Amino acid sequence: MTTMWRNLPLPTHAPRRATDEAYLASVVSDLASVRPEQPWLLQALIRLQLELGWLSPQALDLLSKASGQSQGEIRGVIDFYGFLTTQPPKAYRLLLSNNLTDQWLGQGNNFDRLSSLNNLDLAYTSCTGLCDQGPAGLINGLPLTRLNDQRCQQVAETIQASVPVSDWPGEWFQVTETIQQSGPLLELRPKPGELLASCLAMGVEAFMAELKTSGLQGRGGAGFSTWKKWDSCRSETAPTKYLVCNADEGEPGTFKDRLLLAEYADLLIAGMTIGAWATGANQGFIYLRGEYLFLFSSLRAALKRHQTAGLLGQNILGVAGFDFDIDIHLGAGAYVCGEESALIESLESKRGIPRLRPPYPISRGYLNQPTLVNNVETFCAISHLVSGGAAAFKNLGHEGSAGTKLHSVSGDCAKPGIYECALGTPVSDLLTLAGAETAKAVQVGGPSGQLILAGDFDTRLSFTSLSSGGSIMVVGPQRDLFDLPANFGAFFAQESCGFCTPCRVGSQLISGALGRIKSGQGSGRDLETITELVQLNTYASHCGLGHTLGHPFQQLMALQPGAITGKLTADDGPRFSLQAATDEARELAGNRP
Amino acid sequence: MTSERAFTLDDTEVEFEPGDSLLTAALASDRYIPHLCAHPDFSPHGSCRVCLVEVDGHNRPACTTAAQPGMTIRSDIEPINVMRRQLLQLLFVEGNHFCPSCEQSGQCQLQATVYTVGMTDLHYPPLGPRRELDASHPDLLLDRDRCIGCELCVKASSEVDQKHIFSLGGRGTHTQLIVNSEHNQLGETDMTPDDRAAHICPVGVILFKTGNYAQPTGQRLYDQQPISAIGNHRAEDVDLPPTP
Ligand SMILES: Cc1cc2nc3c(=O)[nH]c(=O)nc-3n(C[C@H](O)[C@H](O)[C@H](O)COP(=O)(O)O)c2cc1C
Ligand code: SF4
Ligand code: SF4
Repeated sequence: MTTMWRNLPLPTHAPRRATDEAYLASVVSDLASVRPEQPWLLQALIRLQLELGWLSPQALDLLSKASGQSQGEIRGVIDFYGFLTTQPPKAYRLLLSNNLTDQWLGQGNNFDRLSSLNNLDLAYTSCTGLCDQGPAGLINGLPLTRLNDQRCQQVAETIQASVPVSDWPGEWFQVTETIQQSGPLLELRPKPGELLASCLAMGVEAFMAELKTSGLQGRGGAGFSTWKKWDSCRSETAPTKYLVCNADEGEPGTFKDRLLLAEYADLLIAGMTIGAWATGANQGFIYLRGEYLFLFSSLRAALKRHQTAGLLGQNILGVAGFDFDIDIHLGAGAYVCGEESALIESLESKRGIPRLRPPYPISRGYLNQPTLVNNVETFCAISHLVSGGAAAFKNLGHEGSAGTKLHSVSGDCAKPGIYECALGTPVSDLLTLAGAETAKAVQVGGPSGQLILAGDFDTRLSFTSLSSGGSIMVVGPQRDLFDLPANFGAFFAQESCGFCTPCRVGSQLISGALGRIKSGQGSGRDLETITELVQLNTYASHCGLGHTLGHPFQQLMALQPGAITGKLTADDGPRFSLQAATDEARELAGNRP
Repeated sequence: MTSERAFTLDDTEVEFEPGDSLLTAALASDRYIPHLCAHPDFSPHGSCRVCLVEVDGHNRPACTTAAQPGMTIRSDIEPINVMRRQLLQLLFVEGNHFCPSCEQSGQCQLQATVYTVGMTDLHYPPLGPRRELDASHPDLLLDRDRCIGCELCVKASSEVDQKHIFSLGGRGTHTQLIVNSEHNQLGETDMTPDDRAAHICPVGVILFKTGNYAQPTGQRLYDQQPISAIGNHRAEDVDLPPTP
């Protein structure tokens, strides 16, 4: 692995350095020299952001000279990513997770409490993947968990007293991995190199036949046949092929990849290396979402262990010409970068705009070369199936959905955490295990997934009946079902990449109308707006984000229309709010509403 | 008899060349499909979605869909036109498109398309953008509030002018036109009024500072003939800078 992040510092926000040109120049030349042939700009921006707390004019100037890209263009990239900023920082920057589960645990009160601190930049960010230990947030890039009233008060006082983040109590940053139910994948603890060696012994043809028999489908959400993808990659003849692990885990309510990255890195690396061997990929990347910065060091250490043991690098396991290495690339707060072609754009240091397809990444991806992208759990499932054999793997599943699936369970349940279940397990079984028998609904697969009401809890979690990327948010009997489309609507509006008209503009209008309905000011016209624009996005948008952004609304409308229509005001008149129309004037005049 | 290289577009046959998109082939046979971000000289973009058509029952943008023999394409049908009107309405409420006060009125492809497709009101609440106006260049002006993100200026400047002056930056509804210079100012670049990029904008973002009213509104290109009859890119030919 390269050492681009040689000494990733704890973000301290030392604004003094933002103008220290000699220091900046050394960082930039360091970054630019590591892999000059690969686009390095975004990784440099992320590192400088972490070190400085912002991207200062001096930093931009140096980056511009080193990269040959203009400052304007670099700013355009910065503005795409939620965690990067050109605004001079305050001492602290706290991003509070705005997922539904965080909100249910009192995040709104946290926001109000913290918003008056003048040495704090406070904002919401999309789900931070800490739903089982929320409300959560990121302080100067690092996770804060379990921000209950009391903890939030302590945080407020600590910020007010200007205590540096490095001196905050360690337990505030504690991320706990809770395995509530393990299965064959989570119980797998192979010796380093063991699985890869057994593949080498088997030979590629036999391995590919096993993979085909296993029926493994991608765990990232879409359920595409892993064998088909690997087989196409194999048949690509380009001399350089890339293999990418999608560790962007952005779908709200999902945190199972977090567990795998934190505690099962060996399974992941083994799966990736087997993939490289089977398909002929020469270079691997783990695209790690910026929210999971705290996993960076342990992942890097795991990669180092593999390099030292001859399991990564050149002539792996002594096989001449079997060269493969893995680099970690960080994301910086953009959900759409989980979409594989947007992810590749981001690897190329660009804004994460999903590409036009065809060509598909498998034939032309990173730097226009064949690129295989799989989810973290898919690579781990490779390890699982190699360990026990394809037949056993297949037997675990249900009606063509093979193997087990990790579910991240959060929301209104007694036992949040990770559950490994055979594919085909009914929702009700999972809810019983999680102590959520009284649930009135679950949101399966995140905002872009499926709402299931209590009457349908016998539905099986499998690729054919109810597919999920691993997010299960439990809705307790006390909740208002309208919270779901309202929160998810704001999420999509926040995360739309902005490329295509229906999603870029439509998501804003939909979210606005949902917000009005939630606050009791929505009319029939708002309902009409949402209905039209949801349909338009299903038919006319460019990528999966737009295609699915209307699901939460459509499903609730189909399953329990009263939860929506019951909130409408009878008044169908013009959508004019005197308050909203005069907010700006009042603010300019210094009279806050 | 059906030709080997033909598809049907609204019940009549359209022939195509290998590599053609549906839009390219249709326009080559003088069959108009409304569009904004596509341009014959540049690779298809696929962002505006106005060229949406029904391809064998599925909705697809005509600009990015490869023509295949025997396809059945429906374009001028009510469900598709309804969606086109909605897309145009979205573009209108997102930006600041108050046509009567716009220099580009009468030679704007967005405005002309709206007339042809029959959009008659905004329908949605305006979002009121507040993007920076750039008057730093001696001859040219950027009114970013009208940008539809088609990237034609980006492509024209880098591929034709070899200057690489524009890019898009930001995310979501905050996506903005960026000038690739130190302070994001057009005046810092070597852009000139005869650059291709100065003429390519389908709306009224990249404007000349003078001469905009040499030809009165009401007598301009699309005031005389609909865009469906004369096509999109004739507009480029008419907004030449005034002769000094
Ligand atoms: C908007 C959007 C976001 C996505 N986010 C993720 C993600 O965070 N993680 C992931 O593995 N796949 C995500 N995907 C799916 C990927 O595009 C891709 O299908 C997946 O990484 C393939 O891996 P698999 O075959 O192993 O599932 C997303 C797709 C879309 C449209
Ligand atoms: S659907 Fe949304 S996220 Fe996808 S390309 Fe269009 S604007 Fe971007
Ligand atoms: S300025 Fe004009 S040409 Fe450039 S992206 Fe915007 S609308 Fe397109």
